[in-house]
Amino acid sequence: MTAVSILDGYRDGDLAKKLQSRISRLGGEIDRKLLIMHVCGSHEWTITHHGVRTLLPENVEVRAGPGCPVCVTPASDIDAAVDLALGGKTVLTYGDMSRAKGSKQSLAEAKTLGGDVRLVYSVHDAVNIAKSQPEKKFIFFAVGFETTAPATAYEMLQGPPPNLHFLTSYRYVPSAVEAVSRSPDLRVDAFINAGHASTITGMKAYKPCFDECRKPMVFSGFEPLDVLMSVAMILEQVRDNEPEMENEYTRSVTWDGNVKAQETMWKVFDLREGYWRGVATIPNSALDLRTEFSHLDAREHYELTAKPEGEGFVKDARCADVIIGKIDPPECPLYMKECTPPSPLGPTMVSSEGTCKIWADHRIISSMRCRV
Amino acid sequence: MCLAFPGRVLSIDGDFAKVDFGEGTAREGINVSLVEAKPGQYVLVHAGYAIQVMDEKEAQKTLSYWREILAYEQESKSSGR
Repeated sequence: MTAVSILDGYRDGDLAKKLQSRISRLGGEIDRKLLIMHVCGSHEWTITHHGVRTLLPENVEVRAGPGCPVCVTPASDIDAAVDLALGGKTVLTYGDMSRAKGSKQSLAEAKTLGGDVRLVYSVHDAVNIAKSQPEKKFIFFAVGFETTAPATAYEMLQGPPPNLHFLTSYRYVPSAVEAVSRSPDLRVDAFINAGHASTITGMKAYKPCFDECRKPMVFSGFEPLDVLMSVAMILEQVRDNEPEMENEYTRSVTWDGNVKAQETMWKVFDLREGYWRGVATIPNSALDLRTEFSHLDAREHYELTAKPEGEGFVKDARCADVIIGKIDPPECPLYMKECTPPSPLGPTMVSSEGTCKIWADHRIISSMRCRV
Repeated sequence: MCLAFPGRVLSIDGDFAKVDFGEGTAREGINVSLVEAKPGQYVLVHAGYAIQVMDEKEAQKTLSYWREILAYEQESKSSGR
């Protein structure tokens, strides 16, 4: 048995056809338009890459919400990282993050101006690089959701080298789902919840939000059949008027989540109000360092005081509306005109989890919004 | 950013494991300190860290469950319309 065998069957074409037939029948039994929102860039990739939208009934739409960490990282944090790189420090970060512009430039552009910016795959790489050059000052620009934060917390608890500081911009997904569920503009009918973020927190983290909004919530995996099954589960809940929290991704998501990872994460981080670029300032949505770890905080060490103000998007760009899921990328006047993957103007065209980048890579040039 | 891949744990040495991702790809140095993994189990790996021990039985159970209901789906469709 090879290692990928756990996924065998999750790309079965025959099963997909039967699922499509079920979804189509269920769609016909629901006499209204339905907007399902997912909140994960990896779901957007699966949905777009496998053409899931083309398999759905006309009254059912699946739209991407704020699920791209690079896209929601405040321009002020990118600006701070750029300033540190141009000020003689070495900034370590992920590839996608280096290409997103703040209000002026990106870290990749700072590198062309002589700044020392290096790409890493994981926080462990950042620790090893800092250890190997004790004479240099390093900053790890740490972005992501609760999927990524426990690893950084683990390294902080291990005691990183004194020449490494952390500029953290971690965000917590359950609070964003809550904010989206309350939005009168979006009118989301149901949620496909992020399978890997929920692997950490467990379904229980969404219980308060579910109790308040009473909208179907299915925790979904990332294979094409996972998403189709999740849509079928949602449609059944809607048809029967019985919203619930349902788990499709049973091989990874549990009610309690990964308790060991949670314990590690909460030892180091605490929930505070956080700004999501293009979205809003959301209560309890930033995983910020606890005061006991302020000696590792680049904001403290380098006295970075910039408050997240302004979105820093270029004129006429509708990045904000794409991030929150108000529009599809082709509704932005710059999409695939001035703004393309080789020369991106906004973060949604930079990140492999940005909706514009995913749609552009799949050559989608017209909106896929509900036609009824 | 939340991309994660399943792989089978081949061996564990302290906090680190060698993980087989299939098709000839095995990586050493996967940090398994956030999970309670044993050799032979599947782990879900995100940015160099295992974030979950995956439940192989559940994966198969989900598929069998859907195969069962969808077998009926096809019947109902062919006989109903």
